[in-house]
Amino acid sequence: MEKKSFKADHVLDCRKMSCPVPVLKTKNAMSKMETGEVLEMIATDPGSLKDIEAWAKHTGQELLEVVHEDSNYRFYIKKLK
Amino acid sequence: MPVSEQDVKLIEKIVEEKLKKLLAEKQKRMAIIASKGTLDMAYPPLILATTAAAMDIECSIFFTFYGLDIINKKKNKNLKVPSLANPAMPVPMPNIIGALPGMTAMATRMMKGWMKKVNVPLITDLLDIAVETGVKLVACQMTMDVMGIKKDDLIEGVEVCGAAGFLEYASNADITLFV
Repeated sequence: MEKKSFKADHVLDCRKMSCPVPVLKTKNAMSKMETGEVLEMIATDPGSLKDIEAWAKHTGQELLEVVHEDSNYRFYIKKLK
Repeated sequence: MPVSEQDVKLIEKIVEEKLKKLLAEKQKRMAIIASKGTLDMAYPPLILATTAAAMDIECSIFFTFYGLDIINKKKNKNLKVPSLANPAMPVPMPNIIGALPGMTAMATRMMKGWMKKVNVPLITDLLDIAVETGVKLVACQMTMDVMGIKKDDLIEGVEVCGAAGFLEYASNADITLFV
C-alpha cells in the first residue's frame, strides 16, 4: 500500500457518487478553503481520475497526488488561488 | 531613426506574448441549446453546464421546443424515457412491444432505478446546482407562445429571450452545443 505523503487540511468524501458530482463538490469545498490549504477528496468513480486532473488544470489548482488503493482514489489538491 | 530587422522581430515577439497572455486570461464561455424533453436528453446539457460552472466557464442553456419541459416545474419531475423507436434501450425491445401501453412508464422506471443505483443526481437537483452556480437558464419565447407556457410555469431564475438573444451570447462562446 502506498503511503500518504501529503497532509490534508480538509477531507471530502465523494465515494459512490457519479459524474459530475465529485467535481462539483470539489469545486464547492475548495472555494471555502484558504489559499495554500490542501483538500483530500476520496472518490470511487474511475472517471474522476481524468476529470479532477482536467478540472485542476483548467481552474489553476494544483493536483499534488492521486493515491489509488482498493477501489478508492484519494486526490490531494492544493488551493493556489 | 531607421528601424532594424532585429527591432521588428523584438516588437513582434512582445506583441505575440501579450496576445497569448490576453487570450489565456479571457473568460471562457459555453452556450448550449436544449431541444429535447426526454429524461435521457435532459441530462447532458445540465451535467455539462454545472461542470462548466465548476471549471469557471461561463455558461448559458437555451431551452427550446420540448427542451422547455426540463425547466417546466409542472413537468420536469416526470420526464420520460421513450420506449418506442429507441434501439439503444438497455433491454432491446421491438417497436411493436415498445408501442404497447405502459411501456414508456416501464422504460422510465428501469432507467431511474439504474441511475439511483449509481447515485446520479436528479434533474431537479442539477437544476438547483445550475442556478446556484450561476448558469444562465434561458427559455425560448416563441416556444412558450406556441405551447401556451407562462413564465410562472417555469422554475425560478429563468430568463426569456429569442433566437437573436441566444446568438448574441453564442457568438462570443468558445463552446456551442446543440442537444
